[in-house]
Amino acid sequence: MISKEDVKHIAYLSKLKFSEEEMADFTNKFSQIVEYVNKLSEVDTENIDSTYQISEEYQFMREDEIKESLSREEALLNAPDSQFGYFKLPKVLE
Amino acid sequence: MDLTKLSAIELRQKLVDKEVSSVEIVKSHINKIEEMESSIGAFIITNGEEALKTAELIDKKIANNEEIGCLAGIPIGIKDNIVTNGIKTTCGSKMLENFVPPYDATVIGKIKGEDGIIIGKTNMDEFAMGSSTETSYFKVTKNPHDLERVPGGSSGGSAAAVASFEVPLSLGSETGGSVREPASFCGVVGIKPTYGLVSRYGLIAFASSLDQIGTFGRNVSDAALLLNAISGFDRRDSTSVSKEKIDYTKATVEGIKGMRLALPKEYFGEGIDKSVKEKVYNAVKVLESLGAEIEEISLPYTDYALSCYYIISTSEASSNLARLDGVRYGYRAEKYDDLEGLYINSRTESFGEEVKRRIMLGTYALSSGYYDAYYDKAQKVRTLIKRDFDKTFEKFDAIISPTAPILPFKIGEKADDPLAMYMSDILTVSVNLAGACALSVPCGFVEGLPVGLQLIGDRFEEEKIIKLAYNYERNRGDINGL
Repeated sequence: MISKEDVKHIAYLSKLKFSEEEMADFTNKFSQIVEYVNKLSEVDTENIDSTYQISEEYQFMREDEIKESLSREEALLNAPDSQFGYFKLPKVLE
Repeated sequence: MDLTKLSAIELRQKLVDKEVSSVEIVKSHINKIEEMESSIGAFIITNGEEALKTAELIDKKIANNEEIGCLAGIPIGIKDNIVTNGIKTTCGSKMLENFVPPYDATVIGKIKGEDGIIIGKTNMDEFAMGSSTETSYFKVTKNPHDLERVPGGSSGGSAAAVASFEVPLSLGSETGGSVREPASFCGVVGIKPTYGLVSRYGLIAFASSLDQIGTFGRNVSDAALLLNAISGFDRRDSTSVSKEKIDYTKATVEGIKGMRLALPKEYFGEGIDKSVKEKVYNAVKVLESLGAEIEEISLPYTDYALSCYYIISTSEASSNLARLDGVRYGYRAEKYDDLEGLYINSRTESFGEEVKRRIMLGTYALSSGYYDAYYDKAQKVRTLIKRDFDKTFEKFDAIISPTAPILPFKIGEKADDPLAMYMSDILTVSVNLAGACALSVPCGFVEGLPVGLQLIGDRFEEEKIIKLAYNYERNRGDINGL
Protein backbone atom coordinates (compact mmCIF):
# COMPACT_ATOMS: atom_id res chain seq x y z
CA MET A 1 0.00 0.00 0.00
CA ILE A 2 1.33 3.41 -0.98
CA SER A 3 0.93 6.13 1.66
CA LYS A 4 0.83 9.90 1.29
CA GLU A 5 4.30 9.94 2.83
CA ASP A 6 5.56 7.59 0.11
CA VAL A 7 4.08 9.84 -2.56
CA LYS A 8 5.78 12.84 -0.99
CA HIS A 9 9.13 11.06 -1.02
CA ILE A 10 8.80 9.89 -4.63
CA ALA A 11 7.69 13.40 -5.64
CA TYR A 12 10.83 14.77 -3.98
CA LEU A 13 12.99 12.35 -5.99
CA SER A 14 11.09 13.27 -9.17
CA LYS A 15 11.44 17.03 -8.63
CA LEU A 16 7.66 17.39 -8.49
CA LYS A 17 5.26 18.73 -5.89
CA PHE A 18 1.63 17.94 -5.09
CA SER A 19 -0.70 20.24 -3.23
CA GLU A 20 -2.71 18.91 -0.28
CA GLU A 21 -5.88 18.93 -2.44
CA GLU A 22 -4.26 16.83 -5.19
CA MET A 23 -2.64 14.43 -2.75
CA ALA A 24 -5.56 12.14 -1.81
CA ASP A 25 -6.72 11.52 -5.39
CA PHE A 26 -3.18 11.08 -6.68
CA THR A 27 -2.21 8.65 -3.91
CA ASN A 28 -5.35 6.61 -4.51
CA LYS A 29 -4.82 6.26 -8.28
CA PHE A 30 -1.10 5.69 -7.84
CA SER A 31 -1.73 2.88 -5.35
CA GLN A 32 -4.10 1.15 -7.77
CA ILE A 33 -1.45 1.17 -10.49
CA VAL A 34 1.31 -0.07 -8.19
CA GLU A 35 -1.02 -2.83 -7.04
CA TYR A 36 -1.71 -3.77 -10.66
CA VAL A 37 1.95 -3.95 -11.67
CA ASN A 38 2.72 -6.05 -8.57
CA LYS A 39 1.28 -8.88 -10.63
CA LEU A 40 4.80 -9.33 -11.99
CA SER A 41 5.89 -10.90 -8.71
CA GLU A 42 3.88 -14.03 -9.65
CA VAL A 43 6.24 -14.78 -12.55
CA ASP A 44 9.08 -17.22 -11.92
CA THR A 45 12.18 -15.49 -13.32
CA GLU A 46 14.79 -17.74 -11.72
CA ASN A 47 17.81 -18.00 -14.08
CA ILE A 48 16.25 -15.63 -16.63
CA ASP A 49 18.46 -12.86 -18.01
CA SER A 50 17.26 -9.26 -18.30
CA THR A 51 16.53 -7.74 -21.71
CA TYR A 52 17.59 -4.11 -21.32
CA GLN A 53 17.99 -3.70 -25.06
CA ILE A 54 16.27 -5.70 -27.76
CA SER A 55 18.96 -5.41 -30.39
CA GLU A 56 21.58 -8.16 -30.24
CA GLU A 57 23.97 -5.98 -32.14
CA TYR A 58 26.52 -4.04 -30.20
CA GLN A 59 25.52 -0.42 -29.83
CA PHE A 60 28.18 1.22 -31.90
CA MET A 61 30.34 4.05 -30.64
CA ARG A 62 31.47 6.81 -32.92
CA GLU A 63 34.97 8.20 -33.16
CA ASP A 64 35.51 11.24 -30.99
CA GLU A 65 35.94 13.65 -33.87
CA ILE A 66 35.16 17.32 -33.65
CA LYS A 67 32.45 18.23 -36.11
CA GLU A 68 30.28 21.24 -36.67
CA SER A 69 27.45 21.38 -34.16
CA LEU A 70 24.88 23.94 -33.02
CA SER A 71 26.23 27.46 -32.75
CA ARG A 72 26.10 29.22 -29.38
CA GLU A 73 23.27 31.41 -30.66
CA GLU A 74 21.24 28.42 -31.78
CA ALA A 75 21.87 26.59 -28.52
CA LEU A 76 20.59 29.59 -26.57
CA LEU A 77 17.59 30.23 -28.81
CA ASN A 78 15.17 28.40 -26.51
CA ALA A 79 16.75 29.35 -23.20
CA PRO A 80 14.24 30.80 -20.72
CA ASP A 81 16.97 33.17 -19.56
CA SER A 82 20.53 33.83 -20.76
CA GLN A 83 23.28 36.37 -20.32
CA PHE A 84 26.76 36.85 -21.82
CA GLY A 85 26.19 33.77 -24.00
CA TYR A 86 25.37 31.47 -21.08
CA PHE A 87 22.23 29.94 -19.58
CA LYS A 88 21.25 32.08 -16.63
CA LEU A 89 20.26 30.52 -13.30
CA PRO A 90 19.76 31.68 -9.71
CA LYS A 91 22.88 31.90 -7.60
CA VAL A 92 23.96 28.56 -6.09
CA LEU A 93 26.91 29.78 -4.02
CA GLU A 94 26.82 32.36 -1.29
CA MET B 1 -11.69 16.55 -58.94
CA ASP B 2 -11.21 16.52 -55.18
CA LEU B 3 -7.49 15.91 -54.82
CA THR B 4 -7.78 15.18 -51.09
CA LYS B 5 -9.66 11.96 -51.88
CA LEU B 6 -6.68 10.53 -53.75
CA SER B 7 -3.99 8.32 -52.25
CA ALA B 8 -0.40 9.50 -51.93
CA ILE B 9 0.67 7.17 -54.73
CA GLU B 10 -2.09 8.48 -57.02
CA LEU B 11 -1.17 12.08 -56.23
CA ARG B 12 2.47 11.53 -57.10
CA GLN B 13 1.50 9.82 -60.37
CA LYS B 14 -0.69 12.76 -61.37
CA LEU B 15 2.19 15.05 -60.58
CA VAL B 16 4.59 13.02 -62.73
CA ASP B 17 2.01 12.95 -65.55
CA LYS B 18 1.71 16.74 -65.21
CA GLU B 19 -2.05 16.50 -64.63
CA VAL B 20 -1.75 18.54 -61.44
CA SER B 21 0.89 20.74 -59.80
CA SER B 22 2.32 20.47 -56.29
CA VAL B 23 0.82 23.86 -55.52
CA GLU B 24 -2.65 22.60 -56.46
CA ILE B 25 -2.18 19.53 -54.28
CA VAL B 26 -1.04 21.57 -51.29
CA LYS B 27 -3.76 24.20 -51.74
CA SER B 28 -6.51 21.59 -51.83
CA HIS B 29 -5.21 20.07 -48.59
CA ILE B 30 -4.88 23.47 -46.90
CA ASN B 31 -8.52 24.12 -47.80
CA LYS B 32 -9.51 20.74 -46.44
CA ILE B 33 -7.66 21.43 -43.19
CA GLU B 34 -9.44 24.79 -42.88
CA GLU B 35 -12.77 23.08 -43.46
CA MET B 36 -12.22 20.18 -41.04
CA GLU B 37 -10.12 21.54 -38.20
CA SER B 38 -12.89 23.22 -36.22
CA SER B 39 -14.59 19.85 -35.81
CA ILE B 40 -11.59 17.42 -35.81
CA GLY B 41 -8.72 19.35 -34.18
CA ALA B 42 -5.97 17.12 -35.52
CA PHE B 43 -3.27 19.79 -35.77
CA ILE B 44 -1.45 21.82 -33.13
CA ILE B 45 0.19 23.99 -35.75
CA THR B 46 -0.10 24.23 -39.53
CA ASN B 47 2.61 25.34 -41.88
CA GLY B 48 0.65 26.35 -44.99
CA GLU B 49 2.81 29.21 -46.20
CA GLU B 50 6.07 27.25 -46.00
CA ALA B 51 4.35 24.22 -47.54
CA LEU B 52 3.28 26.29 -50.55
CA LYS B 53 6.82 27.61 -51.00
CA THR B 54 8.17 24.07 -51.02
CA ALA B 55 5.46 23.07 -53.49
CA GLU B 56 6.56 25.86 -55.85
CA LEU B 57 10.13 24.57 -55.73
CA ILE B 58 8.97 21.06 -56.59
CA ASP B 59 6.89 22.37 -59.49
CA LYS B 60 9.99 24.14 -60.79
CA LYS B 61 11.95 20.90 -60.56
CA ILE B 62 9.28 19.16 -62.61
CA ALA B 63 9.18 21.97 -65.17
CA ASN B 64 12.97 21.64 -65.54
CA ASN B 65 12.65 17.87 -65.97
CA GLU B 66 14.73 17.29 -62.84
CA GLU B 67 14.35 14.04 -60.96
CA ILE B 68 11.82 14.14 -58.09
CA GLY B 69 11.65 12.14 -54.88
CA CYS B 70 9.22 9.35 -53.98
CA LEU B 71 7.11 11.70 -51.82
CA ALA B 72 7.13 14.60 -54.28
CA GLY B 73 4.35 17.08 -53.68
CA ILE B 74 2.64 14.99 -50.99
CA PRO B 75 1.48 16.90 -47.88
CA ILE B 76 2.47 15.08 -44.70
CA GLY B 77 1.39 15.59 -41.09
CA ILE B 78 4.06 15.13 -38.41
CA LYS B 79 3.39 14.10 -34.84
CA ASP B 80 4.46 16.95 -32.59
CA ASN B 81 7.16 14.96 -30.78
CA ILE B 82 9.33 14.80 -33.91
CA VAL B 83 11.55 17.87 -34.10
CA THR B 84 11.25 20.16 -37.09
CA ASN B 85 13.80 22.89 -37.70
CA GLY B 86 12.17 26.27 -37.19
CA ILE B 87 8.68 24.85 -36.53
CA LYS B 88 7.44 24.65 -32.95
CA THR B 89 7.57 21.15 -31.48
CA THR B 90 5.51 20.95 -28.30
CA CYS B 91 5.07 17.26 -27.47
CA GLY B 92 1.52 18.29 -26.57
CA SER B 93 2.88 19.87 -23.39
CA LYS B 94 2.91 23.25 -21.71
CA MET B 95 6.55 22.41 -20.91
CA LEU B 96 7.52 22.77 -24.60
CA GLU B 97 4.78 25.20 -25.65
CA ASN B 98 7.32 27.62 -27.15
CA PHE B 99 10.10 25.23 -28.12
CA VAL B 100 11.43 25.87 -31.62
CA PRO B 101 13.98 23.18 -32.50
CA PRO B 102 17.18 24.35 -34.19
CA TYR B 103 17.50 21.08 -36.16
CA ASP B 104 15.51 18.44 -38.04
CA ALA B 105 14.94 14.87 -36.92
CA THR B 106 16.53 12.35 -39.29
CA VAL B 107 13.10 11.30 -40.59
CA ILE B 108 12.24 14.93 -41.40
CA GLY B 109 15.48 15.28 -43.36
CA LYS B 110 14.61 12.10 -45.25
CA ILE B 111 11.08 13.31 -46.05
CA LYS B 112 12.43 16.62 -47.32
CA GLY B 113 15.06 14.75 -49.32
CA GLU B 114 12.25 12.86 -51.05
CA ASP B 115 10.42 16.14 -51.81
CA GLY B 116 7.64 15.48 -49.29
CA ILE B 117 5.88 18.53 -47.86
CA ILE B 118 5.57 19.13 -44.11
CA ILE B 119 2.12 20.70 -43.76
CA GLY B 120 1.77 20.76 -39.98
CA LYS B 121 2.35 19.22 -36.58
CA THR B 122 -0.31 16.94 -35.18
CA ASN B 123 -1.88 16.69 -31.76
CA MET B 124 -0.87 13.97 -29.32
CA ASP B 125 -1.12 12.87 -25.73
CA GLU B 126 1.34 14.88 -23.66
CA PHE B 127 4.83 13.37 -24.21
CA ALA B 128 3.02 10.50 -26.00
CA MET B 129 1.64 9.25 -22.67
CA GLY B 130 -1.91 8.15 -23.30
CA SER B 131 -4.24 6.16 -25.52
CA SER B 132 -6.80 8.80 -26.45
CA THR B 133 -4.99 12.10 -27.21
CA GLU B 134 -6.99 13.61 -24.32
CA THR B 135 -3.91 14.40 -22.22
CA SER B 136 -2.71 17.00 -24.76
CA TYR B 137 -2.27 20.42 -23.14
CA PHE B 138 -3.65 22.13 -26.25
CA LYS B 139 -6.82 20.46 -27.47
CA VAL B 140 -8.92 17.33 -27.70
CA THR B 141 -8.85 15.65 -31.10
CA LYS B 142 -12.13 14.06 -32.26
CA ASN B 143 -12.60 10.76 -34.02
CA PRO B 144 -13.64 11.58 -37.62
CA HIS B 145 -16.11 8.65 -37.56
CA ASP B 146 -17.90 9.93 -34.44
CA LEU B 147 -17.07 13.37 -33.08
CA GLU B 148 -18.07 12.38 -29.55
CA ARG B 149 -15.37 9.72 -29.46
CA VAL B 150 -11.59 9.72 -29.09
CA PRO B 151 -9.29 9.08 -32.08
CA GLY B 152 -7.07 6.84 -29.95
CA GLY B 153 -3.57 7.82 -28.95
CA SER B 154 -1.05 8.86 -28.45
CA SER B 155 -0.69 9.64 -32.20
CA GLY B 156 -4.39 10.57 -32.39
CA GLY B 157 -3.86 13.78 -34.37
CA SER B 158 -1.86 11.99 -37.07
CA ALA B 159 -4.47 9.23 -37.43
CA ALA B 160 -7.43 11.65 -37.43
CA ALA B 161 -5.75 13.93 -40.00
CA VAL B 162 -5.38 11.01 -42.43
CA ALA B 163 -8.87 9.66 -41.74
CA SER B 164 -10.49 13.07 -42.35
CA PHE B 165 -8.60 13.56 -45.65
CA GLU B 166 -6.64 16.53 -44.30
CA VAL B 167 -3.46 14.74 -45.40
CA PRO B 168 -2.83 11.48 -47.26
CA LEU B 169 0.14 10.55 -45.04
CA SER B 170 1.39 11.23 -41.55
CA LEU B 171 4.07 10.19 -39.09
CA GLY B 172 3.33 8.96 -35.59
CA SER B 173 5.40 7.30 -32.92
CA GLU B 174 4.97 4.22 -30.80
CA THR B 175 6.08 3.15 -27.38
CA GLY B 176 3.30 0.65 -26.66
CA GLY B 177 0.78 0.92 -29.50
CA SER B 178 0.50 4.65 -30.14
CA VAL B 179 0.38 4.21 -33.92
CA ARG B 180 -1.64 1.00 -34.17
CA GLU B 181 -4.37 1.87 -31.65
CA PRO B 182 -5.28 5.24 -33.24
CA ALA B 183 -5.04 3.63 -36.70
CA SER B 184 -7.58 1.07 -35.52
CA PHE B 185 -9.86 3.71 -33.93
CA CYS B 186 -9.75 6.01 -36.98
CA GLY B 187 -10.06 3.30 -39.65
CA VAL B 188 -6.68 3.87 -41.32
CA VAL B 189 -3.50 1.82 -41.80
CA GLY B 190 -0.71 2.27 -39.24
CA ILE B 191 2.71 0.59 -39.34
CA LYS B 192 4.97 0.19 -36.30
CA PRO B 193 8.38 -0.80 -37.70
CA THR B 194 10.92 -3.06 -36.04
CA TYR B 195 12.97 -1.39 -33.31
CA GLY B 196 16.10 -0.09 -35.03
CA LEU B 197 14.67 0.19 -38.56
CA VAL B 198 13.84 3.90 -38.35
CA SER B 199 16.17 6.42 -36.74
CA ARG B 200 14.97 7.91 -33.46
CA TYR B 201 17.30 10.90 -33.79
CA GLY B 202 15.06 13.91 -33.20
CA LEU B 203 12.16 11.92 -31.79
CA ILE B 204 11.70 13.38 -28.31
CA ALA B 205 12.29 10.32 -26.15
CA PHE B 206 9.60 8.69 -24.00
CA ALA B 207 11.06 5.20 -23.43
CA SER B 208 14.21 4.78 -25.47
CA SER B 209 14.28 0.96 -25.63
CA LEU B 210 10.67 0.87 -26.93
CA ASP B 211 10.16 4.06 -28.99
CA GLN B 212 9.90 3.83 -32.75
CA ILE B 213 8.52 6.18 -35.41
CA GLY B 214 5.70 4.76 -37.54
CA THR B 215 3.57 5.68 -40.56
CA PHE B 216 -0.11 6.28 -41.33
CA GLY B 217 -1.92 6.10 -44.67
CA ARG B 218 -5.43 5.37 -45.89
CA ASN B 219 -4.21 2.20 -47.56
CA VAL B 220 -1.37 -0.29 -47.10
CA SER B 221 0.60 0.89 -50.16
CA ASP B 222 0.66 4.50 -48.96
CA ALA B 223 1.81 3.58 -45.45
CA ALA B 224 4.51 1.35 -47.01
CA LEU B 225 5.63 4.20 -49.30
CA LEU B 226 6.24 6.50 -46.33
CA LEU B 227 8.07 3.70 -44.50
CA ASN B 228 10.35 3.40 -47.54
CA ALA B 229 11.23 7.05 -47.25
CA ILE B 230 12.04 7.10 -43.52
CA SER B 231 13.73 3.74 -42.88
CA GLY B 232 17.46 3.10 -42.92
CA PHE B 233 20.60 3.23 -40.87
CA ASP B 234 21.54 6.47 -39.15
CA ARG B 235 24.84 6.98 -37.39
CA ARG B 236 23.23 9.57 -35.14
CA ASP B 237 21.09 6.88 -33.43
CA SER B 238 23.25 4.26 -31.73
CA THR B 239 20.36 1.76 -31.74
CA SER B 240 19.83 2.15 -35.47
CA VAL B 241 20.49 -1.13 -37.28
CA SER B 242 22.67 -1.28 -40.37
CA LYS B 243 20.86 -3.37 -42.96
CA GLU B 244 20.37 -3.40 -46.68
CA LYS B 245 17.58 -1.05 -47.73
CA ILE B 246 14.31 -2.77 -48.61
CA ASP B 247 11.64 -1.41 -50.97
CA TYR B 248 8.45 -2.09 -49.01
CA THR B 249 6.17 -1.09 -51.87
CA LYS B 250 7.45 -4.23 -53.66
CA ALA B 251 5.69 -6.27 -50.97
CA THR B 252 2.34 -4.98 -52.20
CA VAL B 253 1.85 -7.89 -54.58
CA GLU B 254 -0.65 -10.71 -54.70
CA GLY B 255 -0.06 -14.21 -53.42
CA ILE B 256 -0.09 -15.34 -49.80
CA LYS B 257 -0.77 -19.01 -50.45
CA GLY B 258 0.96 -21.16 -47.89
CA MET B 259 1.81 -18.32 -45.52
CA ARG B 260 1.44 -19.47 -41.92
CA LEU B 261 -0.54 -17.36 -39.48
CA ALA B 262 -0.73 -17.83 -35.71
CA LEU B 263 -3.87 -16.97 -33.77
CA PRO B 264 -2.90 -16.48 -30.10
CA LYS B 265 -5.78 -17.58 -27.89
CA GLU B 266 -4.84 -15.03 -25.21
CA TYR B 267 -5.57 -12.21 -27.71
CA PHE B 268 -9.15 -13.38 -28.15
CA GLY B 269 -9.96 -13.95 -24.48
CA GLU B 270 -11.81 -12.10 -21.78
CA GLY B 271 -11.91 -8.32 -22.03
CA ILE B 272 -11.99 -8.31 -25.83
CA ASP B 273 -15.22 -6.86 -27.22
CA LYS B 274 -17.32 -9.56 -28.90
CA SER B 275 -18.11 -7.48 -31.95
CA VAL B 276 -14.40 -6.69 -32.41
CA LYS B 277 -13.55 -10.40 -32.26
CA GLU B 278 -16.23 -11.20 -34.81
CA LYS B 279 -14.78 -8.74 -37.35
CA VAL B 280 -11.29 -10.12 -36.81
CA TYR B 281 -12.48 -13.73 -37.26
CA ASN B 282 -14.12 -12.64 -40.53
CA ALA B 283 -10.79 -11.20 -41.65
CA VAL B 284 -9.05 -14.46 -40.73
CA LYS B 285 -11.51 -16.27 -43.00
CA VAL B 286 -10.64 -13.94 -45.88
CA LEU B 287 -6.94 -14.67 -45.42
CA GLU B 288 -7.67 -18.38 -45.20
CA SER B 289 -9.66 -18.24 -48.44
CA LEU B 290 -6.56 -16.71 -50.08
CA GLY B 291 -4.51 -19.75 -49.12
CA ALA B 292 -3.02 -18.74 -45.77
CA GLU B 293 -2.77 -21.49 -43.17
CA ILE B 294 -4.16 -20.62 -39.75
CA GLU B 295 -3.32 -22.26 -36.46
CA GLU B 296 -4.24 -21.41 -32.88
CA ILE B 297 -1.28 -20.91 -30.56
CA SER B 298 -0.57 -19.70 -27.03
CA LEU B 299 1.56 -16.76 -25.88
CA PRO B 300 1.55 -17.66 -22.19
CA TYR B 301 3.13 -14.47 -20.79
CA THR B 302 0.57 -12.15 -22.43
CA ASP B 303 -1.15 -11.58 -19.10
CA TYR B 304 1.99 -9.94 -17.69
CA ALA B 305 2.83 -7.77 -20.69
CA LEU B 306 0.99 -4.65 -19.55
CA SER B 307 2.60 -4.60 -16.08
CA CYS B 308 5.98 -5.26 -17.63
CA TYR B 309 5.42 -2.48 -20.16
CA TYR B 310 4.36 0.08 -17.56
CA ILE B 311 7.38 -0.58 -15.35
CA ILE B 312 9.91 -0.38 -18.18
CA SER B 313 8.35 2.51 -20.07
CA THR B 314 7.85 4.70 -17.01
CA SER B 315 11.32 3.94 -15.67
CA GLU B 316 12.88 5.06 -18.92
CA ALA B 317 10.52 8.05 -19.08
CA SER B 318 11.43 9.23 -15.59
CA SER B 319 15.04 9.34 -16.72
CA ASN B 320 14.38 10.85 -20.16
CA LEU B 321 12.11 13.58 -18.81
CA ALA B 322 14.64 14.61 -16.16
CA ARG B 323 16.21 16.85 -18.80
CA LEU B 324 13.10 19.03 -18.73
CA ASP B 325 14.13 21.23 -15.84
CA GLY B 326 13.51 24.78 -17.01
CA VAL B 327 17.21 25.51 -17.56
CA ARG B 328 18.18 25.20 -21.24
CA TYR B 329 14.78 25.17 -22.95
CA GLY B 330 11.14 24.72 -22.09
CA TYR B 331 8.97 26.27 -19.43
CA ARG B 332 10.48 28.11 -16.47
CA ALA B 333 8.33 29.00 -13.48
CA GLU B 334 8.00 32.68 -12.67
CA LYS B 335 8.44 32.20 -8.94
CA TYR B 336 11.15 30.21 -7.17
CA ASP B 337 13.51 30.75 -4.25
CA ASP B 338 16.53 28.79 -5.40
CA LEU B 339 17.73 26.37 -8.08
CA GLU B 340 15.90 23.40 -6.52
CA GLY B 341 12.72 25.49 -6.47
CA LEU B 342 13.24 26.43 -10.12
CA TYR B 343 13.36 22.75 -11.10
CA ILE B 344 10.39 21.72 -8.96
CA ASN B 345 8.12 24.65 -9.80
CA SER B 346 8.91 24.57 -13.53
CA ARG B 347 8.12 20.83 -13.73
CA THR B 348 5.11 20.94 -11.41
CA GLU B 349 3.48 23.86 -13.24
CA SER B 350 4.03 22.58 -16.75
CA PHE B 351 3.53 18.79 -16.71
CA GLY B 352 0.02 17.36 -16.81
CA GLU B 353 -1.31 14.77 -14.37
CA GLU B 354 -0.63 11.68 -16.52
CA VAL B 355 2.97 12.71 -17.21
CA LYS B 356 3.52 13.28 -13.49
CA ARG B 357 1.99 9.90 -12.69
CA ARG B 358 4.34 8.12 -15.07
CA ILE B 359 7.44 9.99 -13.93
CA MET B 360 6.44 9.04 -10.37
CA LEU B 361 5.88 5.37 -11.21
CA GLY B 362 9.22 5.16 -13.01
CA THR B 363 11.05 6.95 -10.22
CA TYR B 364 9.48 4.54 -7.72
CA ALA B 365 10.45 1.47 -9.79
CA LEU B 366 14.05 2.68 -10.06
CA SER B 367 14.40 3.87 -6.47
CA SER B 368 16.65 2.27 -3.92
CA GLY B 369 15.10 -0.88 -2.46
CA TYR B 370 12.59 -1.33 -5.30
CA TYR B 371 14.87 -1.63 -8.32
CA ASP B 372 15.14 -5.44 -8.22
CA ALA B 373 11.48 -6.04 -7.44
CA TYR B 374 10.20 -3.79 -10.22
CA TYR B 375 12.65 -2.63 -12.85
CA ASP B 376 14.90 -5.66 -13.06
CA LYS B 377 11.98 -8.05 -12.61
CA ALA B 378 10.21 -6.39 -15.55
CA GLN B 379 13.31 -6.74 -17.74
CA LYS B 380 13.36 -10.46 -16.96
CA VAL B 381 9.68 -10.85 -17.78
CA ARG B 382 10.45 -8.98 -20.99
CA THR B 383 12.88 -11.78 -21.89
CA LEU B 384 10.09 -14.32 -21.41
CA ILE B 385 7.67 -12.31 -23.56
CA LYS B 386 10.29 -11.99 -26.28
CA ARG B 387 10.91 -15.76 -26.16
CA ASP B 388 7.17 -16.35 -26.70
CA PHE B 389 7.44 -14.33 -29.92
CA ASP B 390 10.77 -15.83 -31.05
CA LYS B 391 9.37 -19.34 -30.67
CA THR B 392 6.22 -18.45 -32.61
CA PHE B 393 8.17 -16.93 -35.49
CA GLU B 394 10.25 -20.09 -35.89
CA LYS B 395 7.12 -21.67 -37.31
CA PHE B 396 4.86 -18.80 -38.43
CA ASP B 397 5.06 -15.84 -40.81
CA ALA B 398 2.83 -13.61 -38.72
CA ILE B 399 0.62 -13.38 -35.66
CA ILE B 400 -2.91 -12.15 -36.16
CA SER B 401 -5.24 -10.49 -33.62
CA PRO B 402 -7.44 -7.48 -32.99
CA THR B 403 -5.43 -4.23 -32.62
CA ALA B 404 -7.50 -2.81 -29.77
CA PRO B 405 -9.67 -4.78 -27.35
CA ILE B 406 -12.53 -2.29 -27.63
CA LEU B 407 -14.23 0.12 -30.01
CA PRO B 408 -13.32 3.83 -29.87
CA PHE B 409 -14.68 5.13 -26.56
CA LYS B 410 -16.40 8.40 -25.68
CA ILE B 411 -14.33 11.49 -24.91
CA GLY B 412 -13.99 11.72 -21.13
CA GLU B 413 -15.16 8.15 -20.54
CA LYS B 414 -11.82 6.87 -19.25
CA ALA B 415 -10.05 10.16 -18.59
CA ASP B 416 -10.34 9.79 -14.82
CA ASP B 417 -9.45 6.11 -14.63
CA PRO B 418 -5.81 5.58 -15.65
CA LEU B 419 -5.88 1.80 -15.32
CA ALA B 420 -8.92 1.48 -17.59
CA MET B 421 -7.12 3.70 -20.10
CA TYR B 422 -3.97 1.54 -19.92
CA MET B 423 -6.06 -1.54 -20.81
CA SER B 424 -6.57 -0.13 -24.34
CA ASP B 425 -2.95 -1.14 -25.02
CA ILE B 426 -3.22 -4.72 -23.85
CA LEU B 427 -2.90 -6.22 -27.37
CA THR B 428 -0.13 -3.94 -28.61
CA VAL B 429 2.51 -3.51 -25.86
CA SER B 430 4.11 -6.97 -26.22
CA VAL B 431 5.25 -6.10 -29.74
CA ASN B 432 7.26 -3.13 -28.46
CA LEU B 433 8.74 -5.20 -25.63
CA ALA B 434 9.86 -7.82 -28.17
CA GLY B 435 11.07 -5.17 -30.65
CA ALA B 436 9.01 -6.80 -33.41
CA CYS B 437 7.09 -5.10 -36.23
CA ALA B 438 3.32 -4.86 -36.56
CA LEU B 439 0.57 -2.99 -38.35
CA SER B 440 -3.12 -2.29 -38.07
CA VAL B 441 -5.41 -2.48 -41.12
CA PRO B 442 -9.16 -1.69 -41.04
CA CYS B 443 -11.29 -4.86 -41.03
CA GLY B 444 -14.83 -3.61 -40.63
CA PHE B 445 -17.19 -1.29 -38.79
CA VAL B 446 -19.44 -1.87 -35.78
CA GLU B 447 -22.25 0.67 -35.58
CA GLY B 448 -20.21 3.09 -37.67
CA LEU B 449 -17.03 2.64 -35.63
CA PRO B 450 -13.89 1.16 -37.22
CA VAL B 451 -12.22 -2.07 -36.12
CA GLY B 452 -8.54 -2.78 -36.76
CA LEU B 453 -6.88 -6.07 -37.60
CA GLN B 454 -3.38 -6.44 -36.15
CA LEU B 455 -0.65 -8.33 -38.03
CA ILE B 456 2.58 -8.90 -36.11
CA GLY B 457 5.82 -9.91 -37.83
CA ASP B 458 9.24 -11.00 -36.64
CA ARG B 459 12.02 -8.42 -36.38
CA PHE B 460 12.78 -6.89 -39.80
CA GLU B 461 10.03 -8.92 -41.50
CA GLU B 462 7.91 -5.89 -42.47
CA GLU B 463 7.56 -7.24 -46.00
CA LYS B 464 5.57 -10.23 -44.78
CA ILE B 465 2.99 -8.27 -42.80
CA ILE B 466 2.71 -5.63 -45.53
CA LYS B 467 2.08 -8.36 -48.08
CA LEU B 468 -0.57 -10.00 -45.90
CA ALA B 469 -2.26 -6.68 -45.17
CA TYR B 470 -2.22 -5.70 -48.84
CA ASN B 471 -3.79 -8.97 -49.90
CA TYR B 472 -6.38 -8.73 -47.17
CA GLU B 473 -7.18 -5.11 -48.11
CA ARG B 474 -7.76 -6.06 -51.76
CA ASN B 475 -10.05 -8.91 -50.87
CA ARG B 476 -11.91 -7.71 -47.78
CA GLY B 477 -14.82 -6.37 -49.82
CA ASP B 478 -16.89 -3.38 -48.76
CA ILE B 479 -15.99 -3.25 -45.06
CA ASN B 480 -18.68 -0.77 -44.15
CA GLY B 481 -21.23 -3.39 -45.03
CA LEU B 482 -19.41 -6.40 -43.56
